[in-house]
Amino acid sequence: MTDLNIVALVSVGAHPTSARPRRAEQDARAVELGLRLAGQNLQLLHAGDPQAEALRGYLGMGLEQLDVLEQPEGADALPLLVDYLQGSRTQLVLTGSQAETGEGSGMLPFLLAERLGWPMVVGLAEVEKVENGVAQVLQALPRGQRRRLKVRLPCVASVDNAAPVARQSAFGPARRGQIEAHEVTVVDDTLLAEASLQPAKPRPKRLKVIKAKTGAERMKAATAKASGGGGQILKDVSPQEGAEAIFKLLIEEGVLR
Amino acid sequence: MLNTLLPILLFAALTLAVIGAAKRFFMWRRGRPAKVDWIGGLLKMPRRYLVDLHHVVERDKYMSKTHVATAGGFVLAAVLAIVVHGFGLHNRILGFALLAATVLMFTGALFVAKRRLNPPSRLSKGPWMRLPKSLLMFAASFFIATLPVAGILPPDFGGWVLAIILAVGVAWGVSELFLGMTWGGPMKHAFAGALHLAWHRRAERFGGGRSTGLKALDLNDPKAPLGVEKPTDFTWNQLLGFDACVQCGKCEAMCPAFAAGQPLNPKKLIQDMVIGLAGGNDANFAGSPYPGKPLGEHSGGPHQPIVDLNGKALVDAETLWSCTTCRACVEECPMMIEHVDAIVDMRRHLTLEKGSTPNKGAEVLENLIATDNPGGFNPGGRLNWAADLNLPLLADKGETDVLFWVGDGAFDMRNQRTLRAFVTILKAADVDFAVLGLEERDSGDVARRLGDEATFQHLARRNIATLTKYRFKRIVSCDPHSFHVLKNEYGALGGNYQVLHHSTFIEELVRKGSLNLGQSKAASVTYHDPCYLGRYNGEYEAPRAVLKAIGIEVKEMERSGFRSRCCGGGGGAPITDIPGKQRIPDMRMVDIKETGAELVAVGCPQCTAMLEGVVAPRPEIKDIAELVAEVLIEATEVAAKRPAAKRELAEVQ
Repeated sequence: MTDLNIVALVSVGAHPTSARPRRAEQDARAVELGLRLAGQNLQLLHAGDPQAEALRGYLGMGLEQLDVLEQPEGADALPLLVDYLQGSRTQLVLTGSQAETGEGSGMLPFLLAERLGWPMVVGLAEVEKVENGVAQVLQALPRGQRRRLKVRLPCVASVDNAAPVARQSAFGPARRGQIEAHEVTVVDDTLLAEASLQPAKPRPKRLKVIKAKTGAERMKAATAKASGGGGQILKDVSPQEGAEAIFKLLIEEGVLR
Repeated sequence: MLNTLLPILLFAALTLAVIGAAKRFFMWRRGRPAKVDWIGGLLKMPRRYLVDLHHVVERDKYMSKTHVATAGGFVLAAVLAIVVHGFGLHNRILGFALLAATVLMFTGALFVAKRRLNPPSRLSKGPWMRLPKSLLMFAASFFIATLPVAGILPPDFGGWVLAIILAVGVAWGVSELFLGMTWGGPMKHAFAGALHLAWHRRAERFGGGRSTGLKALDLNDPKAPLGVEKPTDFTWNQLLGFDACVQCGKCEAMCPAFAAGQPLNPKKLIQDMVIGLAGGNDANFAGSPYPGKPLGEHSGGPHQPIVDLNGKALVDAETLWSCTTCRACVEECPMMIEHVDAIVDMRRHLTLEKGSTPNKGAEVLENLIATDNPGGFNPGGRLNWAADLNLPLLADKGETDVLFWVGDGAFDMRNQRTLRAFVTILKAADVDFAVLGLEERDSGDVARRLGDEATFQHLARRNIATLTKYRFKRIVSCDPHSFHVLKNEYGALGGNYQVLHHSTFIEELVRKGSLNLGQSKAASVTYHDPCYLGRYNGEYEAPRAVLKAIGIEVKEMERSGFRSRCCGGGGGAPITDIPGKQRIPDMRMVDIKETGAELVAVGCPQCTAMLEGVVAPRPEIKDIAELVAEVLIEATEVAAKRPAAKRELAEVQ
């Protein structure tokens, strides 16, 4: 355990079959990771309604307090969080990858890191050590692979299902925990107000064609790295050349037109 | 010389015993307050002792006769000895009475000694091996010392040599029997036991009553402890109850978890609570340890946590999670100690405060909170099993005779066969019934037994709110767990209903002649009593009567009725899944196979699941409802109608 200043951003989740409010699965994993790193020093932060009962699910994991930046539904959480975090001595911000309610765009950690000007780690699985303001972490990649990264603190890190499972939430601490509401200037989410929402369609799955003839080939296919095949490694190139290569790829893939 | 020595010895021992009693009493009073009928309880105590407790002891004739002689002889001898030798009332008649009492006690003590020659493993050894000698010594010494009083021997017979020998004998006897009672010897069971009977936390159990529902936690008071963390969190009369244990090990002999090699022994658990009450470690425990847990490694005190999740304290968490709450220990206990209450109290702390329900526990509790069923199934699918049965919904009818409580077995494909069989019976008997459908929720049984009182009360209150909306005469359920909870545990939360198990209800239909039944073709059948139907609710007869009505003669297992062995499925035990040397359902299947039965009749979805989980070859498992539905004469008509109904449904979709 370290004496890092860690903040876990938590939201109100929804159960996948009953849609009842609950602690969000990935946010709870972020809290679990934070608890393992900082214990009681972990700070929980939520932007929204301090009366939401589901928030107590996080307190039930053994924390005494949860700070809420009070704002109505439909307000933009981002500027509040940026303001709050800039003014604090936070070194690590942990979040889930995607909220279970609201927009659930999964953009918040990226936008937050951009506004704060902090590095961002996706799919944090473990923090191995922190030395001289640099954290050595393991990032989760598909198929159980891990990548060791060194990140300058402060940074934002999102967790997905590769992070440790959240501990049980207990009734006693959940009931006792304090929810501290902070009054902040509410910023309307103009984009949300103007834009129209439509139900998401599940992304079509790529057909899996098994060409392997032997067991060994099947094993190889199953454990191989996910790859597009046409990748290219650029080494020792100038930033200009690198940027051009990325730009070219983005046009080829149809991201930029 | 004896005439001066004996009163000194007697009154010194009595004084010390009274001091010890006061000390012990204040030890118990460290527990949380409990409402007891102080005077009334004491007045009722002799009857509870002589009738209720004797009924339990009477199951073992040898021991009951031995105990009557020894204890009866001792009480008489002690009172008379105080009068005759203590106060020096040297009356011949009293002398003869005292002689008779000591002879009676001596005879009883001989049988105690005989049983201690080659004691079964369930009995504690250690100081308990000394007890018959002390009893014999007490009886013999007072016998000889009383002979002169009765005029059989001259007053100064034997001179000072005999006087000294007798004084030593009396000193030994009164030390064990007077001092030992209140200072923690084997005789403590008599003192604590008597008061335990007087101030028992379930006084309803006496006089032939039954009290098996768990007691509710007060969740509205934020200061009340959520379950038991340290010994002083028990109510004081629970602590008194633990102290009453006579270490006979009847509970140990019946405990399915102990037999399966899981780390639980109810006797040791109660003794550990006594250690917690007084402070110390378990090195001197003279009985069987928890399987796989050596003695001497655990210790505790009244204000120390009982369970340490990161190390060793008084009891390990897995000991508490091994219990199936089958209540076999409570049923056997001649001291009427409430083991299951204590275990659930400690589980409550682990779940509600520590969030440490093991294995699948946390997942099941989360599912119950989010989906009202332990499997996490979509609550909207609760009535899918009856999609083609056109069941009347109580929401449509508003009023019905029989409310059929389906239970969470609705989501289990095996149990759906039972449910459908029972619906066939209800329809055949033309019963006015209805189901709650999607308005039904888990009864809260498993949440409560996993220690999650908050989720239990939440589910129960919502179920009660639903039930208040409608009018019905009775609730019938195919699940003894729902049946028990609805019948015995909703009352404390304001839900009082008349609830029947489906076997009782079918028996009633059979008796009224509402069912046209044929004869079952099943050749040899045995019946497995579910704990929550039998021991919890005393229903042993109805299932057997139903089986008899369809021409089945039950080949009883050695352990049946109130001694039925648990299937291993109760108390959330399959969820917490504490490893042992063998599985409880496998042991039960051995019991079943011993009868030579090809089919075992059951009345509980848990028992069905656990017993069907035993690898083949094994007897077939069928619910009573299935067996009855098979021999319904109307069965052919119903079967003819069914395909039509199905086709209609298919067209709609």
